[in-house]
Amino acid sequence: MSNAHPIPFRAILRHVLLIAGAALMLAPFIWMISTASKPQTEIFSSELHLIPYRFALADNLREAFAKANLLRFLLNGVIVTISIFVLQVMVALPAAYALAKLRFLGREALFALVLFGILIPPQATAIPVFLMLHKAGLLDSYAALVLPFTISVFGIFLMRQFFKTVPDDLVDAARMDGISEFGIVWRVMLPAAIPAVTAFGIFSVVAHWNDYFWPLIVLNSEQLRTPPLAVAHFRNNEAGTSYGPLMAAAMVIIAPLVIAFLFAQRRFIEGITLTGIK
Amino acid sequence: MSDGSMTIGAAIAPAGATRRTLPAHGSRRTYSAYALVTPAAALMLIMLLGPLAGVIALSFTDYQLGAPHFSWIGLANYRDLFADKVFWTALRNTLAYVVIVVPGAVIAGLAIALLIQSGTSLRSLYRTIYFLPVMATLIAMAVVWEFMLHPQFGLVNGMLRSAGLPAFAWLQDRSTALYALCAIGIWQAVGFNMVLFLAGLVSIPKQLYEAAEIDGASSGWARFRLVTWPMLGPVTTFVVVISGIRSFQVFDTVHVLTKGGPSKSTEVLIHTMYTEGFEFFRSGYAAAITVVFLVFVLLLTLIKSRLADRGVHYT
Repeated sequence: MSNAHPIPFRAILRHVLLIAGAALMLAPFIWMISTASKPQTEIFSSELHLIPYRFALADNLREAFAKANLLRFLLNGVIVTISIFVLQVMVALPAAYALAKLRFLGREALFALVLFGILIPPQATAIPVFLMLHKAGLLDSYAALVLPFTISVFGIFLMRQFFKTVPDDLVDAARMDGISEFGIVWRVMLPAAIPAVTAFGIFSVVAHWNDYFWPLIVLNSEQLRTPPLAVAHFRNNEAGTSYGPLMAAAMVIIAPLVIAFLFAQRRFIEGITLTGIK
Repeated sequence: MSDGSMTIGAAIAPAGATRRTLPAHGSRRTYSAYALVTPAAALMLIMLLGPLAGVIALSFTDYQLGAPHFSWIGLANYRDLFADKVFWTALRNTLAYVVIVVPGAVIAGLAIALLIQSGTSLRSLYRTIYFLPVMATLIAMAVVWEFMLHPQFGLVNGMLRSAGLPAFAWLQDRSTALYALCAIGIWQAVGFNMVLFLAGLVSIPKQLYEAAEIDGASSGWARFRLVTWPMLGPVTTFVVVISGIRSFQVFDTVHVLTKGGPSKSTEVLIHTMYTEGFEFFRSGYAAAITVVFLVFVLLLTLIKSRLADRGVHYT
Protein backbone atom coordinates (compact mmCIF):
# COMPACT_ATOMS: atom_id res chain seq x y z
CA MET A 1 0.00 0.00 0.00
CA SER A 2 2.96 2.35 -0.36
CA ASN A 3 2.26 5.40 -2.45
CA ALA A 4 5.22 7.14 -4.07
CA HIS A 5 3.51 10.55 -4.06
CA PRO A 6 1.26 10.71 -1.04
CA ILE A 7 -1.65 13.05 -1.55
CA PRO A 8 -2.05 15.21 1.58
CA PHE A 9 -5.78 14.47 1.59
CA ARG A 10 -5.14 10.75 1.96
CA ALA A 11 -2.63 11.32 4.75
CA ILE A 12 -5.17 13.47 6.58
CA LEU A 13 -7.93 10.91 6.08
CA ARG A 14 -5.61 8.23 7.48
CA HIS A 15 -5.06 10.23 10.64
CA VAL A 16 -8.73 11.13 11.02
CA LEU A 17 -9.78 7.49 10.82
CA LEU A 18 -6.99 6.24 13.06
CA ILE A 19 -7.61 8.91 15.67
CA ALA A 20 -11.34 8.14 15.70
CA GLY A 21 -10.56 4.46 16.23
CA ALA A 22 -7.94 5.28 18.85
CA ALA A 23 -10.49 7.35 20.77
CA LEU A 24 -12.77 4.31 20.83
CA MET A 25 -9.97 2.05 22.05
CA LEU A 26 -8.85 4.52 24.71
CA ALA A 27 -12.33 5.49 25.89
CA PRO A 28 -12.48 2.89 28.69
CA PHE A 29 -9.01 3.87 29.94
CA ILE A 30 -9.83 7.56 29.87
CA TRP A 31 -13.21 7.02 31.52
CA MET A 32 -11.57 4.84 34.15
CA ILE A 33 -9.02 7.54 35.03
CA SER A 34 -11.68 10.23 34.91
CA THR A 35 -14.04 8.32 37.21
CA ALA A 36 -11.23 7.38 39.56
CA SER A 37 -10.49 11.11 39.89
CA LYS A 38 -14.05 12.21 40.68
CA PRO A 39 -15.77 12.49 44.03
CA GLN A 40 -18.94 10.46 44.58
CA THR A 41 -21.31 13.35 43.86
CA GLU A 42 -19.80 13.99 40.44
CA ILE A 43 -19.85 10.29 39.51
CA PHE A 44 -23.55 10.00 40.29
CA SER A 45 -24.64 12.87 38.14
CA SER A 46 -26.28 12.39 34.78
CA GLU A 47 -24.35 15.31 33.34
CA LEU A 48 -21.21 14.06 31.56
CA HIS A 49 -17.87 15.70 32.14
CA LEU A 50 -14.42 14.31 31.64
CA ILE A 51 -12.36 16.55 33.90
CA PRO A 52 -13.50 16.51 37.53
CA TYR A 53 -14.49 19.81 39.12
CA ARG A 54 -12.79 18.61 42.26
CA PHE A 55 -9.95 16.10 41.99
CA ALA A 56 -10.48 13.12 44.28
CA LEU A 57 -7.99 10.61 42.89
CA ALA A 58 -6.01 10.48 46.13
CA ASP A 59 -9.18 9.94 48.18
CA ASN A 60 -10.39 7.18 45.87
CA LEU A 61 -7.01 5.47 45.87
CA ARG A 62 -6.85 5.68 49.67
CA GLU A 63 -10.32 4.18 49.95
CA ALA A 64 -9.46 1.42 47.46
CA PHE A 65 -6.35 0.45 49.41
CA ALA A 66 -8.31 0.60 52.67
CA LYS A 67 -11.15 -1.61 51.43
CA ALA A 68 -8.96 -4.22 49.77
CA ASN A 69 -5.44 -5.35 50.47
CA LEU A 70 -4.32 -4.36 46.98
CA LEU A 71 -0.60 -4.50 47.73
CA ARG A 72 -0.93 -8.07 48.90
CA PHE A 73 -2.89 -8.99 45.75
CA LEU A 74 -0.29 -7.38 43.51
CA LEU A 75 2.42 -9.27 45.38
CA ASN A 76 0.47 -12.51 44.86
CA GLY A 77 0.34 -11.72 41.15
CA VAL A 78 4.11 -11.22 41.07
CA ILE A 79 4.83 -14.40 43.08
CA VAL A 80 2.55 -16.55 40.92
CA THR A 81 3.58 -15.24 37.50
CA ILE A 82 7.30 -15.31 38.27
CA SER A 83 7.11 -18.82 39.78
CA ILE A 84 5.22 -20.09 36.76
CA PHE A 85 7.67 -18.56 34.32
CA VAL A 86 10.81 -19.78 36.12
CA LEU A 87 9.46 -23.32 36.42
CA GLN A 88 8.28 -23.32 32.81
CA VAL A 89 11.80 -22.43 31.66
CA MET A 90 13.41 -25.01 33.95
CA VAL A 91 11.19 -27.74 32.53
CA ALA A 92 10.98 -26.64 28.91
CA LEU A 93 14.56 -25.69 28.10
CA PRO A 94 16.21 -29.09 28.72
CA ALA A 95 13.42 -30.87 26.84
CA ALA A 96 13.63 -28.39 23.97
CA TYR A 97 17.39 -28.87 23.73
CA ALA A 98 17.08 -32.66 23.67
CA LEU A 99 14.35 -32.46 21.02
CA ALA A 100 16.40 -30.12 18.87
CA LYS A 101 19.93 -31.44 19.19
CA LEU A 102 20.01 -34.97 20.60
CA ARG A 103 19.02 -38.30 19.09
CA PHE A 104 17.09 -40.75 21.20
CA LEU A 105 14.40 -43.34 20.80
CA GLY A 106 10.94 -41.82 21.08
CA ARG A 107 12.01 -38.34 20.11
CA GLU A 108 9.59 -38.06 17.20
CA ALA A 109 6.75 -39.43 19.33
CA LEU A 110 7.48 -36.95 22.11
CA PHE A 111 7.57 -34.06 19.67
CA ALA A 112 4.27 -35.21 18.16
CA LEU A 113 2.77 -35.18 21.66
CA VAL A 114 4.08 -31.65 22.18
CA LEU A 115 2.39 -30.52 18.97
CA PHE A 116 -0.81 -32.27 20.01
CA GLY A 117 -0.64 -30.71 23.48
CA ILE A 118 -0.57 -27.23 21.96
CA LEU A 119 -4.06 -27.85 20.58
CA ILE A 120 -5.60 -28.56 24.00
CA PRO A 121 -7.33 -25.48 25.41
CA PRO A 122 -6.66 -24.90 29.14
CA GLN A 123 -10.36 -25.19 30.08
CA ALA A 124 -10.44 -28.76 28.77
CA THR A 125 -8.24 -30.17 31.52
CA ALA A 126 -9.66 -28.03 34.34
CA ILE A 127 -11.96 -30.62 35.96
CA PRO A 128 -9.46 -33.51 36.27
CA VAL A 129 -6.63 -31.20 37.36
CA PHE A 130 -8.96 -29.67 39.96
CA LEU A 131 -9.90 -33.15 41.22
CA MET A 132 -6.23 -34.14 41.42
CA LEU A 133 -5.35 -31.04 43.44
CA HIS A 134 -8.34 -31.74 45.66
CA LYS A 135 -7.14 -35.32 46.27
CA ALA A 136 -3.63 -34.04 46.99
CA GLY A 137 -5.01 -31.49 49.43
CA LEU A 138 -3.39 -28.68 47.46
CA LEU A 139 -6.45 -26.58 46.63
CA ASP A 140 -6.43 -22.98 47.81
CA SER A 141 -2.64 -22.57 47.78
CA TYR A 142 0.10 -21.02 45.67
CA ALA A 143 0.89 -24.56 44.51
CA ALA A 144 -2.61 -24.89 43.04
CA LEU A 145 -2.05 -21.67 41.09
CA VAL A 146 1.42 -22.60 39.85
CA LEU A 147 1.77 -26.38 39.44
CA PRO A 148 -0.68 -26.94 36.54
CA PHE A 149 1.21 -24.40 34.43
CA THR A 150 4.76 -25.62 35.06
CA ILE A 151 4.53 -27.53 31.80
CA SER A 152 4.22 -25.31 28.76
CA VAL A 153 4.15 -27.39 25.61
CA PHE A 154 4.10 -24.17 23.67
CA GLY A 155 7.30 -23.11 25.43
CA ILE A 156 8.96 -26.41 24.53
CA PHE A 157 7.88 -26.02 20.92
CA LEU A 158 9.05 -22.40 20.71
CA MET A 159 12.45 -23.09 22.28
CA ARG A 160 12.97 -26.23 20.22
CA GLN A 161 12.39 -24.23 17.03
CA PHE A 162 14.87 -21.65 18.25
CA PHE A 163 17.51 -24.20 19.27
CA LYS A 164 17.30 -25.74 15.79
CA THR A 165 18.82 -22.52 14.47
CA VAL A 166 21.76 -22.63 16.89
CA PRO A 167 24.78 -24.02 14.98
CA ASP A 168 25.86 -27.54 15.95
CA ASP A 169 29.46 -26.31 16.04
CA LEU A 170 28.64 -24.28 19.12
CA VAL A 171 27.33 -27.40 20.87
CA ASP A 172 30.28 -29.51 19.73
CA ALA A 173 32.77 -26.91 20.91
CA ALA A 174 31.14 -26.94 24.33
CA ARG A 175 31.38 -30.73 24.42
CA MET A 176 35.11 -30.48 23.55
CA ASP A 177 35.48 -28.22 26.55
CA GLY A 178 34.05 -31.02 28.65
CA ILE A 179 30.72 -29.37 29.43
CA SER A 180 28.00 -31.91 30.18
CA GLU A 181 24.75 -31.99 28.18
CA PHE A 182 22.97 -30.50 31.16
CA GLY A 183 25.60 -27.75 31.34
CA ILE A 184 25.19 -27.04 27.63
CA VAL A 185 21.50 -26.28 28.16
CA TRP A 186 22.15 -23.59 30.75
CA ARG A 187 25.60 -22.27 29.77
CA VAL A 188 25.44 -22.40 25.97
CA MET A 189 21.82 -22.64 24.80
CA LEU A 190 20.16 -20.33 27.34
CA PRO A 191 22.49 -17.37 26.64
CA ALA A 192 21.99 -17.91 22.91
CA ALA A 193 18.24 -18.02 23.34
CA ILE A 194 17.71 -14.91 25.46
CA PRO A 195 15.53 -13.16 22.81
CA ALA A 196 13.27 -16.20 22.51
CA VAL A 197 13.14 -16.69 26.27
CA THR A 198 12.24 -13.01 26.73
CA ALA A 199 9.46 -13.25 24.18
CA PHE A 200 8.12 -16.36 25.83
CA GLY A 201 8.45 -14.72 29.24
CA ILE A 202 6.37 -11.73 28.19
CA PHE A 203 3.77 -14.07 26.78
CA SER A 204 3.66 -16.21 29.90
CA VAL A 205 3.61 -13.37 32.42
CA VAL A 206 0.89 -11.45 30.56
CA ALA A 207 -1.24 -14.59 30.25
CA HIS A 208 -1.01 -15.56 33.90
CA TRP A 209 -1.19 -12.07 35.38
CA ASN A 210 -4.49 -11.62 33.54
CA ASP A 211 -5.84 -15.15 34.09
CA TYR A 212 -9.18 -15.26 35.89
CA PHE A 213 -10.57 -18.73 35.20
CA TRP A 214 -8.04 -20.86 37.08
CA PRO A 215 -7.58 -18.73 40.24
CA LEU A 216 -11.37 -18.46 40.44
CA ILE A 217 -11.65 -22.25 40.50
CA VAL A 218 -8.90 -23.18 42.96
CA LEU A 219 -8.83 -20.26 45.40
CA ASN A 220 -10.91 -19.60 48.48
CA SER A 221 -8.75 -17.58 50.82
CA GLU A 222 -8.74 -13.85 50.50
CA GLN A 223 -5.02 -13.49 51.16
CA LEU A 224 -4.09 -15.63 48.13
CA ARG A 225 -6.17 -13.68 45.59
CA THR A 226 -4.52 -12.69 42.33
CA PRO A 227 -5.17 -9.22 40.85
CA PRO A 228 -8.08 -10.18 38.54
CA LEU A 229 -9.85 -12.03 41.35
CA ALA A 230 -9.29 -9.04 43.61
CA VAL A 231 -11.02 -6.68 41.16
CA ALA A 232 -13.93 -9.08 40.69
CA HIS A 233 -14.45 -9.35 44.45
CA PHE A 234 -14.10 -5.63 44.92
CA ARG A 235 -16.80 -5.12 42.33
CA ASN A 236 -19.13 -7.71 43.88
CA ASN A 237 -18.71 -6.33 47.41
CA GLU A 238 -19.31 -2.73 46.45
CA ALA A 239 -22.30 -3.65 44.25
CA GLY A 240 -22.56 -0.44 42.31
CA THR A 241 -22.06 2.01 45.15
CA SER A 242 -18.49 3.27 45.17
CA TYR A 243 -17.38 3.50 41.56
CA GLY A 244 -14.58 5.95 42.33
CA PRO A 245 -12.57 3.54 44.49
CA LEU A 246 -13.49 0.64 42.17
CA MET A 247 -12.04 2.46 39.15
CA ALA A 248 -9.01 3.40 41.23
CA ALA A 249 -8.54 -0.28 42.12
CA ALA A 250 -8.87 -1.27 38.45
CA MET A 251 -6.21 1.32 37.61
CA VAL A 252 -3.83 -0.13 40.19
CA ILE A 253 -4.37 -3.68 38.93
CA ILE A 254 -3.71 -2.94 35.25
CA ALA A 255 -0.88 -0.47 35.95
CA PRO A 256 2.12 -2.87 36.26
CA LEU A 257 1.64 -4.53 32.87
CA VAL A 258 0.49 -1.40 31.06
CA ILE A 259 3.47 0.59 32.34
CA ALA A 260 5.88 -2.22 31.46
CA PHE A 261 4.27 -2.37 28.02
CA LEU A 262 4.58 1.39 27.46
CA PHE A 263 8.26 1.30 28.38
CA ALA A 264 9.12 -1.73 26.25
CA GLN A 265 6.24 -1.73 23.78
CA ARG A 266 8.41 -2.88 20.88
CA ARG A 267 9.57 -5.89 22.90
CA PHE A 268 6.05 -6.74 24.02
CA ILE A 269 4.60 -6.57 20.54
CA GLU A 270 7.60 -8.41 19.10
CA GLY A 271 7.11 -11.09 21.72
CA ILE A 272 3.60 -11.66 20.60
CA THR A 273 4.32 -11.49 16.87
CA LEU A 274 7.26 -13.84 17.28
CA THR A 275 5.01 -16.34 18.96
CA GLY A 276 2.22 -15.60 16.50
CA ILE A 277 3.93 -15.91 13.15
CA LYS A 278 7.28 -17.42 12.58
CA MET B 1 -4.46 -14.29 26.71
CA SER B 2 -4.12 -17.56 28.48
CA ASP B 3 -5.19 -19.51 25.45
CA GLY B 4 -3.05 -17.70 22.91
CA SER B 5 0.07 -19.58 23.68
CA MET B 6 -1.73 -22.87 23.41
CA THR B 7 -3.12 -22.25 19.98
CA ILE B 8 -0.59 -20.10 18.23
CA GLY B 9 2.04 -22.77 18.03
CA ALA B 10 -0.29 -25.09 16.22
CA ALA B 11 -0.45 -22.82 13.24
CA ILE B 12 3.28 -22.70 12.80
CA ALA B 13 3.91 -26.30 13.69
CA PRO B 14 4.71 -27.63 10.24
CA ALA B 15 7.46 -25.04 9.75
CA GLY B 16 10.07 -26.68 11.92
CA ALA B 17 9.21 -30.30 11.44
CA THR B 18 11.19 -30.69 8.25
CA ARG B 19 14.85 -29.89 8.83
CA ARG B 20 16.80 -32.14 11.11
CA THR B 21 20.46 -32.32 11.85
CA LEU B 22 21.49 -35.07 14.16
CA PRO B 23 24.82 -35.20 15.90
CA ALA B 24 26.60 -38.49 16.21
CA HIS B 25 25.32 -40.15 19.31
CA GLY B 26 26.91 -42.07 22.08
CA SER B 27 25.07 -44.01 24.70
CA ARG B 28 25.96 -41.49 27.40
CA ARG B 29 24.43 -38.74 25.36
CA THR B 30 21.29 -40.79 24.82
CA TYR B 31 21.13 -41.30 28.54
CA SER B 32 21.43 -37.52 29.04
CA ALA B 33 18.66 -36.97 26.52
CA TYR B 34 16.25 -39.05 28.57
CA ALA B 35 17.27 -37.25 31.72
CA LEU B 36 16.64 -33.92 30.00
CA VAL B 37 13.17 -34.75 28.69
CA THR B 38 11.90 -36.72 31.68
CA PRO B 39 10.57 -33.79 33.78
CA ALA B 40 8.76 -32.33 30.78
CA ALA B 41 7.38 -35.67 29.64
CA ALA B 42 6.19 -36.58 33.12
CA LEU B 43 4.50 -33.23 33.70
CA MET B 44 2.91 -33.40 30.27
CA LEU B 45 1.43 -36.74 31.20
CA ILE B 46 0.20 -35.58 34.62
CA MET B 47 -1.04 -32.11 33.78
CA LEU B 48 -2.12 -32.35 30.15
CA LEU B 49 -2.57 -35.73 28.49
CA GLY B 50 -3.75 -37.59 31.58
CA PRO B 51 -6.37 -34.95 32.43
CA LEU B 52 -7.48 -34.88 28.79
CA ALA B 53 -8.12 -38.62 28.88
CA GLY B 54 -9.60 -38.10 32.34
CA VAL B 55 -12.15 -35.56 31.22
CA ILE B 56 -13.36 -37.87 28.46
CA ALA B 57 -13.58 -40.81 30.89
CA LEU B 58 -15.36 -38.67 33.50
CA SER B 59 -18.00 -37.70 30.99
CA PHE B 60 -19.19 -41.33 31.02
CA THR B 61 -19.58 -41.41 34.81
CA ASP B 62 -21.92 -39.87 37.38
CA TYR B 63 -18.98 -38.71 39.48
CA GLN B 64 -19.70 -35.83 41.86
CA LEU B 65 -17.03 -34.24 44.00
CA GLY B 66 -17.38 -35.51 47.55
CA ALA B 67 -19.64 -38.43 46.64
CA PRO B 68 -18.42 -41.71 48.20
CA HIS B 69 -18.61 -43.71 44.96
CA PHE B 70 -19.50 -43.35 41.32
CA SER B 71 -20.45 -45.61 38.46
CA TRP B 72 -20.18 -45.79 34.68
CA ILE B 73 -23.38 -44.55 33.15
CA GLY B 74 -22.47 -44.68 29.47
CA LEU B 75 -23.95 -41.85 27.46
CA ALA B 76 -26.45 -40.73 30.09
CA ASN B 77 -24.67 -37.40 30.67
CA TYR B 78 -24.81 -36.64 26.97
CA ARG B 79 -28.48 -37.64 26.82
CA ASP B 80 -29.23 -35.29 29.71
CA LEU B 81 -27.14 -32.58 28.13
CA PHE B 82 -28.89 -32.75 24.77
CA ALA B 83 -32.27 -32.74 26.53
CA ASP B 84 -31.32 -29.68 28.60
CA LYS B 85 -32.65 -26.36 27.34
CA VAL B 86 -29.86 -24.46 29.12
CA PHE B 87 -27.22 -26.36 27.14
CA TRP B 88 -28.80 -25.44 23.81
CA THR B 89 -29.18 -21.83 24.93
CA ALA B 90 -25.52 -21.78 25.94
CA LEU B 91 -24.45 -23.31 22.64
CA ARG B 92 -26.58 -20.89 20.64
CA ASN B 93 -25.23 -17.90 22.59
CA THR B 94 -21.64 -19.10 22.22
CA LEU B 95 -22.06 -19.52 18.47
CA ALA B 96 -23.73 -16.09 18.20
CA TYR B 97 -20.83 -14.58 20.16
CA VAL B 98 -18.29 -16.26 17.85
CA VAL B 99 -20.16 -15.26 14.69
CA ILE B 100 -20.24 -11.61 15.79
CA VAL B 101 -16.81 -11.24 17.42
CA VAL B 102 -14.69 -13.08 14.83
CA PRO B 103 -15.65 -11.01 11.76
CA GLY B 104 -15.73 -7.86 13.86
CA ALA B 105 -12.28 -8.32 15.36
CA VAL B 106 -10.71 -9.65 12.15
CA ILE B 107 -12.05 -6.98 9.81
CA ALA B 108 -11.32 -4.16 12.25
CA GLY B 109 -7.85 -5.58 12.92
CA LEU B 110 -7.10 -5.75 9.20
CA ALA B 111 -8.50 -2.28 8.50
CA ILE B 112 -6.42 -0.74 11.28
CA ALA B 113 -3.28 -2.56 10.14
CA LEU B 114 -3.81 -1.34 6.57
CA LEU B 115 -4.44 2.21 7.71
CA ILE B 116 -1.34 2.24 9.91
CA GLN B 117 0.81 0.74 7.19
CA SER B 118 -0.48 3.08 4.47
CA GLY B 119 1.49 6.00 5.91
CA THR B 120 4.71 6.48 7.75
CA SER B 121 3.93 9.00 10.48
CA LEU B 122 2.93 8.03 14.03
CA ARG B 123 3.00 4.33 13.21
CA SER B 124 4.29 3.12 16.53
CA LEU B 125 2.05 5.48 18.52
CA TYR B 126 -1.07 4.10 16.84
CA ARG B 127 0.18 0.55 17.22
CA THR B 128 0.71 1.11 20.95
CA ILE B 129 -2.75 2.61 21.46
CA TYR B 130 -4.59 -0.14 19.60
CA PHE B 131 -2.60 -2.82 21.40
CA LEU B 132 -3.29 -1.42 24.87
CA PRO B 133 -6.54 -3.38 25.47
CA VAL B 134 -4.68 -6.65 24.83
CA MET B 135 -2.32 -5.90 27.70
CA ALA B 136 -4.83 -4.58 30.21
CA THR B 137 -6.31 -7.17 32.57
CA LEU B 138 -9.67 -8.03 31.01
CA ILE B 139 -11.45 -8.40 34.34
CA ALA B 140 -10.45 -4.90 35.40
CA MET B 141 -11.50 -3.45 32.05
CA ALA B 142 -14.75 -5.41 32.13
CA VAL B 143 -15.60 -3.63 35.36
CA VAL B 144 -14.82 -0.32 33.66
CA TRP B 145 -17.04 -1.28 30.72
CA GLU B 146 -19.81 -2.14 33.12
CA PHE B 147 -19.71 1.38 34.50
CA MET B 148 -19.51 2.86 30.99
CA LEU B 149 -22.66 0.89 30.18
CA HIS B 150 -24.40 1.95 33.39
CA PRO B 151 -28.02 2.74 32.44
CA GLN B 152 -28.10 6.03 34.36
CA PHE B 153 -24.58 7.35 34.88
CA GLY B 154 -22.71 5.55 32.10
CA LEU B 155 -20.74 7.26 29.34
CA VAL B 156 -22.49 5.34 26.54
CA ASN B 157 -26.02 6.25 27.53
CA GLY B 158 -24.93 9.77 28.38
CA MET B 159 -23.63 10.25 24.84
CA LEU B 160 -26.70 8.62 23.32
CA ARG B 161 -28.95 10.94 25.31
CA SER B 162 -27.04 14.04 24.34
CA ALA B 163 -27.39 12.96 20.70
CA GLY B 164 -31.12 12.62 21.25
CA LEU B 165 -31.06 8.82 20.90
CA PRO B 166 -32.79 6.29 23.15
CA ALA B 167 -30.74 4.81 25.99
CA PHE B 168 -30.51 1.13 26.95
CA ALA B 169 -29.95 -0.88 30.10
CA TRP B 170 -27.27 -2.74 28.14
CA LEU B 171 -26.17 -5.51 30.49
CA GLN B 172 -29.46 -5.77 32.35
CA ASP B 173 -31.59 -6.14 29.23
CA ARG B 174 -31.83 -9.62 27.76
CA SER B 175 -32.09 -8.26 24.22
CA THR B 176 -28.81 -6.29 24.42
CA ALA B 177 -26.63 -8.06 27.02
CA LEU B 178 -24.97 -10.51 24.63
CA TYR B 179 -24.24 -7.73 22.12
CA ALA B 180 -22.67 -5.62 24.86
CA LEU B 181 -20.37 -8.55 25.72
CA CYS B 182 -19.56 -8.96 22.01
CA ALA B 183 -18.54 -5.30 21.83
CA ILE B 184 -16.18 -5.77 24.77
CA GLY B 185 -14.84 -8.93 23.11
CA ILE B 186 -14.13 -7.12 19.85
CA TRP B 187 -12.59 -4.15 21.66
CA GLN B 188 -10.19 -6.49 23.42
CA ALA B 189 -9.22 -8.67 20.43
CA VAL B 190 -8.71 -6.03 17.73
CA GLY B 191 -5.20 -5.04 18.77
CA PHE B 192 -3.93 -8.60 18.82
CA ASN B 193 -5.25 -9.23 15.30
CA MET B 194 -3.84 -5.89 14.12
CA VAL B 195 -0.35 -6.86 15.25
CA LEU B 196 -0.53 -10.18 13.40
CA PHE B 197 -1.77 -8.43 10.24
CA LEU B 198 0.97 -5.79 10.54
CA ALA B 199 3.60 -8.53 10.66
CA GLY B 200 1.97 -10.11 7.62
CA LEU B 201 1.91 -6.81 5.73
CA VAL B 202 5.57 -6.08 6.43
CA SER B 203 6.58 -9.45 4.99
CA ILE B 204 4.94 -8.81 1.60
CA PRO B 205 7.76 -8.11 -0.90
CA LYS B 206 7.71 -4.54 -2.29
CA GLN B 207 8.42 -5.84 -5.80
CA LEU B 208 4.97 -7.40 -5.95
CA TYR B 209 3.37 -3.97 -5.64
CA GLU B 210 5.70 -2.57 -8.28
CA ALA B 211 4.87 -5.47 -10.59
CA ALA B 212 1.16 -4.96 -10.01
CA GLU B 213 1.53 -1.28 -10.81
CA ILE B 214 3.30 -2.07 -14.08
CA ASP B 215 0.45 -4.45 -14.90
CA GLY B 216 -1.97 -1.58 -14.52
CA ALA B 217 -3.14 -1.99 -10.95
CA SER B 218 -2.95 1.68 -10.11
CA SER B 219 -5.72 2.16 -7.58
CA GLY B 220 -5.25 1.26 -3.92
CA TRP B 221 -8.17 -1.13 -4.12
CA ALA B 222 -6.65 -2.98 -7.13
CA ARG B 223 -3.34 -3.35 -5.29
CA PHE B 224 -5.17 -4.65 -2.23
CA ARG B 225 -7.21 -7.14 -4.26
CA LEU B 226 -4.32 -8.38 -6.41
CA VAL B 227 -1.42 -8.37 -3.96
CA THR B 228 -2.24 -7.65 -0.31
CA TRP B 229 -5.27 -9.88 0.17
CA PRO B 230 -3.83 -12.99 -1.55
CA MET B 231 -0.47 -12.55 0.17
CA LEU B 232 -2.18 -12.19 3.54
CA GLY B 233 -4.12 -15.41 2.98
CA PRO B 234 -2.28 -17.62 5.47
CA VAL B 235 -2.20 -14.85 8.10
CA THR B 236 -5.92 -14.22 7.66
CA THR B 237 -6.77 -17.90 8.05
CA PHE B 238 -4.62 -18.05 11.14
CA VAL B 239 -6.17 -14.92 12.66
CA VAL B 240 -9.69 -16.15 11.95
CA VAL B 241 -9.06 -19.50 13.64
CA ILE B 242 -7.29 -17.95 16.63
CA SER B 243 -10.13 -15.45 17.07
CA GLY B 244 -12.65 -18.27 16.70
CA ILE B 245 -11.01 -20.45 19.34
CA ARG B 246 -10.63 -17.54 21.75
CA SER B 247 -14.23 -16.43 21.28
CA PHE B 248 -15.37 -19.97 21.94
CA GLN B 249 -13.62 -19.76 25.30
CA VAL B 250 -15.43 -16.57 26.35
CA PHE B 251 -15.87 -16.67 30.11
CA ASP B 252 -14.29 -13.77 32.04
CA THR B 253 -16.66 -11.00 30.98
CA VAL B 254 -19.69 -13.27 31.32
CA HIS B 255 -18.79 -14.43 34.80
CA VAL B 256 -17.99 -11.03 36.24
CA LEU B 257 -20.68 -8.96 34.49
CA THR B 258 -23.79 -11.06 33.87
CA LYS B 259 -23.35 -14.58 35.32
CA GLY B 260 -25.12 -15.77 32.17
CA GLY B 261 -28.15 -13.59 32.74
CA PRO B 262 -30.52 -11.86 32.41
CA SER B 263 -32.68 -14.97 31.94
CA LYS B 264 -29.82 -17.00 30.36
CA SER B 265 -29.40 -14.52 27.51
CA THR B 266 -25.61 -14.54 27.96
CA GLU B 267 -25.15 -18.11 29.15
CA VAL B 268 -22.18 -19.56 27.23
CA LEU B 269 -20.60 -23.03 27.12
CA ILE B 270 -17.61 -22.50 29.40
CA HIS B 271 -19.80 -20.65 31.89
CA THR B 272 -22.25 -23.56 31.99
CA MET B 273 -19.30 -25.91 32.43
CA TYR B 274 -17.97 -23.76 35.27
CA THR B 275 -21.35 -23.61 37.02
CA GLU B 276 -21.97 -27.36 36.76
CA GLY B 277 -18.42 -28.42 37.53
CA PHE B 278 -17.26 -25.93 40.13
CA GLU B 279 -20.41 -24.62 41.77
CA PHE B 280 -22.61 -27.74 41.78
CA PHE B 281 -19.60 -30.10 41.57
CA ARG B 282 -21.37 -32.35 39.06
CA SER B 283 -18.01 -33.34 37.59
CA GLY B 284 -19.29 -36.00 35.19
CA TYR B 285 -21.91 -33.75 33.67
CA ALA B 286 -19.48 -30.82 33.41
CA ALA B 287 -16.97 -33.16 31.75
CA ALA B 288 -19.55 -33.94 29.05
CA ILE B 289 -19.93 -30.19 28.39
CA THR B 290 -16.13 -29.92 28.20
CA VAL B 291 -16.02 -32.69 25.60
CA VAL B 292 -18.60 -30.87 23.46
CA PHE B 293 -16.54 -27.69 23.78
CA LEU B 294 -13.38 -29.59 22.86
CA VAL B 295 -15.00 -31.03 19.74
CA PHE B 296 -15.86 -27.53 18.52
CA VAL B 297 -12.37 -26.17 19.21
CA LEU B 298 -10.66 -29.10 17.48
CA LEU B 299 -13.09 -28.76 14.57
CA LEU B 300 -12.00 -25.15 14.12
CA THR B 301 -8.35 -26.22 14.14
CA LEU B 302 -9.09 -28.93 11.60
CA ILE B 303 -10.90 -26.50 9.28
CA LYS B 304 -7.90 -24.21 9.51
CA SER B 305 -5.38 -26.88 8.56
CA ARG B 306 -7.63 -27.99 5.67
CA LEU B 307 -7.86 -24.44 4.36
CA ALA B 308 -4.13 -23.97 4.72
CA ASP B 309 -3.44 -27.24 2.88
CA ARG B 310 -5.65 -26.36 -0.05
CA GLY B 311 -4.32 -22.83 -0.16
CA VAL B 312 -7.85 -21.53 -0.58
CA HIS B 313 -6.81 -17.96 0.03
CA TYR B 314 -4.20 -17.99 -2.70
CA THR B 315 -6.70 -18.50 -5.51
